[in-house]
This record gives sequence, C-alpha cells and structure tokens, in this order.
Amino acid sequence: MKVISANKLEALRTEILAGKDLDKPCIAVCGGPGCLASQCLEVRDAFINEIEAKGLTDKVDVRTTGCHGFCECGPIALIYPQEIFYQRLSIDDIPEIIEETIINNKTVGRLLYTDDEAGQLVETEGEVPFYKKQMRLILGNNSKIDPHSIEDYIAIGGYSALAKVLGGMQPMEVIDEIKNSGIRGRGGGGFPTGRKWESTRNAQGDIKYVICNADEGDPGAFMDRSILEGNPHSVLEGMIIGAYAIGSNEGYVYVRNEYPLALKNINLAIKQARETGLLGDNILGSGFNFDLKVNRGGGAFVCGESTALMASLEGKTGEPRAKYIHTSDKGLWDRPSNLNNVETWANIPLIINNGADWYSAIGTESSKGTKVFSLVGKINNTGLVEVPMGMTLRDIIFDIGGGIPDGKAFKAVQTGGPSGGCIPESLIDLPVDYDRLTEVGSMMGSGGMIVMDEDTCMVDVALYFINFLMEESCGKCVPCREGLLRMGEILTDITEGRGRMEDLDLIQDLSEVLKDASLCGLGQTAPNPVMSTLKYFRDEYEAHIKDHKCPAGVCTELITYSIDASNCTGCGLCLKKCPAEAITGETKQPHVLDTGKCIKCGICYDVCKFDAVIKE
Amino acid sequence: MTANESRLDSIIDEYNAEPGSLISILQDVQAEYNYLPEESLEYVAKRLDIPRVQVFGVATFFKAFSLKPKGKQQIHVCMGTACHVRGSKKVLEELERKLEIKAGDTTTDGEYTLETVNCVGACALGPVVVENEKYHGQMTPIKVESLLNSK
Repeated sequence: MKVISANKLEALRTEILAGKDLDKPCIAVCGGPGCLASQCLEVRDAFINEIEAKGLTDKVDVRTTGCHGFCECGPIALIYPQEIFYQRLSIDDIPEIIEETIINNKTVGRLLYTDDEAGQLVETEGEVPFYKKQMRLILGNNSKIDPHSIEDYIAIGGYSALAKVLGGMQPMEVIDEIKNSGIRGRGGGGFPTGRKWESTRNAQGDIKYVICNADEGDPGAFMDRSILEGNPHSVLEGMIIGAYAIGSNEGYVYVRNEYPLALKNINLAIKQARETGLLGDNILGSGFNFDLKVNRGGGAFVCGESTALMASLEGKTGEPRAKYIHTSDKGLWDRPSNLNNVETWANIPLIINNGADWYSAIGTESSKGTKVFSLVGKINNTGLVEVPMGMTLRDIIFDIGGGIPDGKAFKAVQTGGPSGGCIPESLIDLPVDYDRLTEVGSMMGSGGMIVMDEDTCMVDVALYFINFLMEESCGKCVPCREGLLRMGEILTDITEGRGRMEDLDLIQDLSEVLKDASLCGLGQTAPNPVMSTLKYFRDEYEAHIKDHKCPAGVCTELITYSIDASNCTGCGLCLKKCPAEAITGETKQPHVLDTGKCIKCGICYDVCKFDAVIKE
Repeated sequence: MTANESRLDSIIDEYNAEPGSLISILQDVQAEYNYLPEESLEYVAKRLDIPRVQVFGVATFFKAFSLKPKGKQQIHVCMGTACHVRGSKKVLEELERKLEIKAGDTTTDGEYTLETVNCVGACALGPVVVENEKYHGQMTPIKVESLLNSK
C-alpha cells in the first residue's frame, strides 16, 4: 500500500500497533554473523518445530533478527515481553524453554547468563554486565524488529524522521540540524557530516548523488554489516533525508560482496520502501523524488576510499584519484556526490527525531553521539558494543569486554583497522574519541577494536598489516606500491632473525615518505601500525634483532619446540598428530622431538595435555 | 566456446548493457560458470562497447573474480585481524598441508579450492573457516582433519 502523506504514515503506524499484542510471547533469535557461525538457524528451526508440536503456533511468535551484539554467547534468544536473555543455546535446550518459560512462565536457570562478579544469574538482557554500560541507540533496535518487515520498523517509529523533514523542514534547516549535532563520519576520516552535505548542496550541477559506503573492508570490523543486516530501513531513512537536504534524486548503496545477507536485506528494504511510497516519485506527497540502486563491491579494500569506490561504481578498476577537486564537487560520473558510511546514515533519523541539542549532549567536545565498536581478539566478551564517545578504553575492554581470557596480561588494543595503530597498556585510560585516538598515533577508523594479550607479537602484527595493505594497494602511486613492498621485506627479515638495528631507522624513514607522498588515505595511513608498534613496543623489535628471540613466541623462525621428558607421559597423542613425523618414542616412555624435522606447526603444543611440549 | 552467448546475453540485458554495471555483470557471469571464462570477458567487452583492457583490468583487479575454474568445494580461511591474532595462519598452513595445495589453488582432482579472505565479519568467533557457505568458528589446526573428513 502506498502511503501518500505524513498523516497516512501515522495512520499506518497506528494500525500496525493496534494489530500487535504486546503481551504475546515472542522469541527473538539473533541471526547476526557471529550467531550464524554458531549455527543459530538450527536453534531457530527447533523453536518453530517445538512451538508447532505443542500447538502454540498462534500464541507465540518467532523472529529472526539482526545482531544482538554479544557474539561470544551465541546462539542467543531474547524472550519477549519479559526480555529474558538465554545464551549458548543448542537445539536440545528448546523443548525446556517452551515448556518452562513459554507455558509455565518460569526461567531456565542453566541457560541464563552468570554475572561472575556479582556471583549470580541474571534474567534480562539489561542486567547482563556486557550490555549494562552500553548506550545502544543504533544497535538496540536490532532485537526488536524483523529486518525483513517494514511494518516492524514503522511500529518502532520508523520513517517518522523522514515525515518530519518532508512535512515542514527546508533543506538548509536539515543541514543546520546535522551540523549542530556535531556528528562526524563513522567510516574512517571523521569529517563533519553536515559540512559535507552543505558542500554537496552548494556544488554546481543539476544531478547529484548520495552514496552509502557499505564496503566494510577493515579486517576485524563488522558493525556496518550488522546494521545493514539487522536494521536496513534505518540506513534508507537516513539516506532519503540526506538526499532531500542535498538536493539529490539518485543514490547508490555499495555493498561488500562478502556480505550476502546484507545485500539481500537492503534490496528487500528498498523494494518495500518503494511499495510503501517512501522511495520513488513524490515521497509522502511532498513532491520530492528519490530512488536507490544497490551495487556489489568486488572485494577490494581500497574501494572504501571515496574516489576508488566511485570509480568502481562506474564499472572501472577501483583506483583512487588525487582529491584536488573534492567529490562533493566532482564525484561519481563527475557530478557532485555525497558519500557517507552505513553507521553515519543510521544516525541521521535519530538526530532529526531527537534534535541536535539532544545528540550533541552525548559524547565529548569534539566527538558527538555513540560509536559502535567490534570488540574482538583476545577478549572474554567478544561482540559488537555501542558506547557514548569518550568512554575510556579500560571501561570498554574490562567492564564491558570482561578483560582478557585465561588470566593472560593485556598488551595492546589495535583500533582503526590497517590505517590505525596499537595502543599500549600505559594508555588504557584514554577516552575514545576521534582526536584522542589520533593524538596517540592511532585512529577511530570504522570502529575495529582488536585486543591483544601477552601472546601476541607486535612485530608480527605490524607485518600482518603491511602484508595486508601491500596486497590491497591498487598500485597506482609509487610510494604505496613500492614502499609497502620494501617495508614488508624489512619486517619479514626482522621476524625471521635477519634484522639489523639500522633497519629500524630505515622503516621510520620509509614511513615518513609513505605518509607524505602517497596518493590516497590507504598509503598515507599505512605506516600507522608500524610507527605505533615501533613507538610503544621498540623492545620487542630489538629482542627479535639483537637476541633473535620472539618474546611472545609467535615468529616461527625464532622459536623451537622440544619435549620435556619429566612431564611427558608417553601418551602418543603428539606423535600421532605430528604432520612432519618429527616425534618418536615408545608408548608410556618420554617422547623425543627431532628439531631438524620439525615444521613448527605447533600442533603438538596444542594437543599435549601434560604441558610437556615446550615452546621457546 | 565454454561460455554460452545466449546465457551471457540474458545477464547483460538485465543490466541494459550499461558499462557502469560491468562489475555486477561479471559477478553474475562468475556465479553462472564458477569462474570467468576468457571468451566471456571478450564477449562482455563487445556487448558493452568498452575496451577489452577495461574488462580484463576489472576482472583481475578485484579479488572476487577468478580467471581459473574453481573446485567443487570451496574453503575460505578468514585472515582478518581478529582471526590472525587467534592463530588463523596455523589453520591455513594445516589446510595447505592436508590438501597439498597452496592458498589460491585447486586440487588436481578439481574437488577443493582453498582461498584466503580478508574478513568475513564473524570476528567474534575467530579463527573462522567458511566451507562452501557454512561458517566454522574457533578453528584450530587439530579441527582441520575432522572438517575435511566430514565431507
């Protein structure tokens, strides 16, 4: 049904809400990327089958939702209306949940989350320490809606910001509201969104484009995927508002090819929005026309860069160009183009609905609103977290993230993806905002937060990022193409024991050249992982060079495995698993490892139950 | 030729033979043949009326495209940062040993293609291996054997 005015949209909302029984039990199964990897769809199907078997199909809803954030505990299900939080579910748990919780209205203790600090079970999502300190303005709706249902989005107030804008705000008023909110781009650079919109609005040209960058290429970041999969209409609503403010009638969503579910959900959302009259001609009877196309990326990290992305949209190789002329003047097809990323667009309806003053009250002086981080690596509570800007790294990693597993020591946190840096323990009380992260040699980036413990080698991490960027460099400019290659060679030498102390100066010099002379952001920021590790973890580089040791025990060329005869029980497991036949020994007799044959795969070390394999 | 012209035509027509849709067209061609046969690239260039060098450039620039046929089973090892710090390299090395191929190659019997991917966005469960479209979280070198044997 087409909604032809803001009033009709409100009427539709009232109608949808009237048809919803808020007391009716609903089981919201998280279908985010983490839970999918924990086979949550089998759990969802088990719920559906059990409900059918008990004849409850009309009495209980089952909803597959986007990411709830707490991936570590997947598969997750929230039971509405009580919001009971069940975690680590398997299909065998389902009959008990239906019997106890749905029919008898009791909780199943063993499936609840245990708050170790308080030493007790918690029943609802809000009481779980992981969620307690978060401010989930963007992600919070994921569990409340079915991403395939525009009705669900409308029921929670969706498209009311669009109605407000089209119903009485001038384009410049919208831009002023966004400018006053202080929001900065969530994709990496942190450029003020309102100013970007204003430049594109003021640029010469009849045809202008708005583009959503959903080519989330930072390894270790998956927030844009989760927003697009879990709440695609929030992104659409932001884009339509932006298009109105800028004066654009055409837009593109550029989605990473590796995200098939995000592609499916955004395409469906666009179709529904068109059918409802929220996209297309004369949106909500305002006379404003806007439509969108979805393009799939080709799997190139550099296409996250705006000019490379636009080249790719034109069907060309994703090579960036120098930005003497901004894309707001000449972007896609040489026309004024405004590009923002998924999370930025999803913030727009919130700002319009609640006002710039409300929004700018959240966060710090220079960074407003909330930011979604993917908290991953060596951390207990892995997942997506959304916090107000300015929260300290300590609060995020230890209070929300629950600290480091297995009693290991925290070493560093890497933010900003391959363009970012590693922040050491001495800076753990740093408030997280755009400028503070840049001050310490890292950056906000799109929000990856990879936690590293004492077993992570910082030289190996630097080499990892350089290798990544070397592969992803488009090859157009010399400093990036050749500089990264040379830097990779030097770091490989260091990790393999051939490093020289003067190499450290050489890396430093090379880094300066890359920063100053590269064409685009990829090359300009590429030295960050190296510079930051060299600054904060120079002793590790020196240990590799001077002592030929990898203190974290990661760099294979610098470690040896051996068997401690006093601990070895002769169980034979390592002998059986060794792919190189490097281990010999009689049953129940201490085994021997031939270092000449050893390929240092570490399998013996991982399988030994008696701590008899030594790595040094 | 391996690529059937009428099948290519139907893909190209779906995008109105717009040069701007080159990447989407190649993605659909690859979905059809499992790789990009060389003749298909020439045909696409002709139909879109763009230089062959542009089509070959795009087909070799983006990681999503392959000019070599792929195996029946596709194994992708995630090499994202989160997976890396949790030991994805060792998982990849074990897969390379077991399948006797290097990342990017296909076994001689055409059964398996082993590839790396920069991030599949399931970081919380790293290291992740995607086998066909199924995700396997918290992988270790030891689990590789059972992954391959479960086939």
